[in-house]
Amino acid sequence: MIYQGKVHKYGRDIDTDVIIPARYLNTSDPKELGKHALEGLDTEFINKVSPGDMLVAEENFGCGSSREHAPIAIKAAGITCVIAKSFARIFYRNSINMGLPILECPEAVDGIKFGDKVEVDTNKGVIMNLTTGDIFKATPFPDFIQEIMKKDGLINYLKDKLGSGGS
Amino acid sequence: MGKTLAEKILGERSGKDVCAGDIVVVDVDVAMVQDGTGPLAVQQLQKMDMEKAANPDKTIFFIDHAAPSPRKELSNAHKMLRDFAKKTGVKLSEVGDGVCHQILVESYVNPGDVVIGADSHTCTSGALGAFATGMGSTDVAIGIASGKTWFKVPETFKIIVNGKFPKGVCSKDLILHIIGLIGADGATYKALEFAGSTIRHMSMSERFVLSNMAVEAGAKVGLIEPDEVTKTYLEERGRGNKFVEIKADNDAVYERVIEIDVSMLEPTISFPHTVDNTRPISEVDEIKVDQVFIGTCTNGRIEDLRIAAQILKGKKRHPDTRLLVCPASREVYLKAMDEGLLNIFIEAGAAIMNPGCGACVGVHHGILGDGEVCLATQNRNFKGRMGNTEGFIYLSSPATAAASTIEGRITDPRKYI
Repeated sequence: MIYQGKVHKYGRDIDTDVIIPARYLNTSDPKELGKHALEGLDTEFINKVSPGDMLVAEENFGCGSSREHAPIAIKAAGITCVIAKSFARIFYRNSINMGLPILECPEAVDGIKFGDKVEVDTNKGVIMNLTTGDIFKATPFPDFIQEIMKKDGLINYLKDKLGSGGS
Repeated sequence: MGKTLAEKILGERSGKDVCAGDIVVVDVDVAMVQDGTGPLAVQQLQKMDMEKAANPDKTIFFIDHAAPSPRKELSNAHKMLRDFAKKTGVKLSEVGDGVCHQILVESYVNPGDVVIGADSHTCTSGALGAFATGMGSTDVAIGIASGKTWFKVPETFKIIVNGKFPKGVCSKDLILHIIGLIGADGATYKALEFAGSTIRHMSMSERFVLSNMAVEAGAKVGLIEPDEVTKTYLEERGRGNKFVEIKADNDAVYERVIEIDVSMLEPTISFPHTVDNTRPISEVDEIKVDQVFIGTCTNGRIEDLRIAAQILKGKKRHPDTRLLVCPASREVYLKAMDEGLLNIFIEAGAAIMNPGCGACVGVHHGILGDGEVCLATQNRNFKGRMGNTEGFIYLSSPATAAASTIEGRITDPRKYI
């Protein structure tokens, strides 16, 4: 899948407590969670973000708690893709399960600034900075993860599989 | 080629010879959710029309993160978990029973088990020699319904710890020191394997502290070989017959080996707002403390309360410092009462909280005011963790927390022991 958007850039160790503070975990409604995305880090984020934008961050994005509400909030805020130097492991798996594309690519993080326009092809693993013309290569998603993304998450993917008699 | 503990357990549970990097499907022995992550797991099962548990006796729904509930929305989330438990027969751990990870080790987890939990500190059970790890609600929901999950077999960092702890220094200081050394993402995706003579001499309580905080270095699991100490712990809880010996091979392949001598280790503090921002107490300047919190799945066990009570006996809290004490489980609470520890805390000026997650998660008790400082025995000090992004959280051992309560500032506990 190909995404295009404007970049919001942050630092390292962006943890799930700042992505979605625990006091908002009384709901799993994406719309509600989306209103508070990254609130603990940048209270203005939700006013700055437009649908289709992307997040770019340094190392260890999504560290901390296992709350799946974190990728849900980011996605519901309109973010189409997260690019980081590295991700915490629970967040990585949660993002795929929620159908939020995430790519590890240290070179791209160094080569993208706040406000740049970026195009991402998750199937090919190609990240293009449209502002500077630079191209970066990340590892593309394997086929089954591409399928999960196409179905907007693991539950829909499994429902389809089980429904069609697959295993 | 020899195997690490992670490779041995995942190999056994998948019925295959496995090596780091392999992707395996394994049977799940114990699965859990808590009141923050459980409602989402229930919704996912409902969406898939799979409201069932493959193994209801070993599936536990914990109400511990906001228990008792401070708001109607959370009360309704609790209700949803209770209804699901009634309908499917999964176990329910009620308000006041305690923190999920403590109850799992007290009552459910055995060596060699695969444990999945919708909570990042599920890795606590690794100290019993179980492959225990945190996952998201959807992954755990599917594990609950199907009885299976998939893992990539992790590479392992072996952490060999030798030497005798100096007086007033304990396993919490050690794990904070380790995380400071390797960094908050130093072991991302990896298994940690704790070994060496210091670990062998530790009680289960001290070992749980190490495994509990493995995730704070990014690790998937924090494993310790089960031994006589493990066996005694299980026997005391009527599960002696569940003991199995699992040993890493001498020629196992480790990605990294880290050797630590604890004989020179000092009490260690994590500064805001990351766990790896650690300093030995000799390098800590005057830091006044508004709130001290002793409890949690990291350091709310009876041994932790004993050392804190030993320091606080006959003393009073500093007039500008409040003290919250939260036993990790009902079992711990009862023991603390029997041993007279609660009297010591209450006479020192503490507020005793019911067993549960207490102030650590910042949704009910103990939320910090703007600019306030908390010294806590918990595992995490992220910005906003205790309910206010304007608060400052420092992490320490129970001994340091108790000593600091008396002086009203972060204090070296060694002069009180």
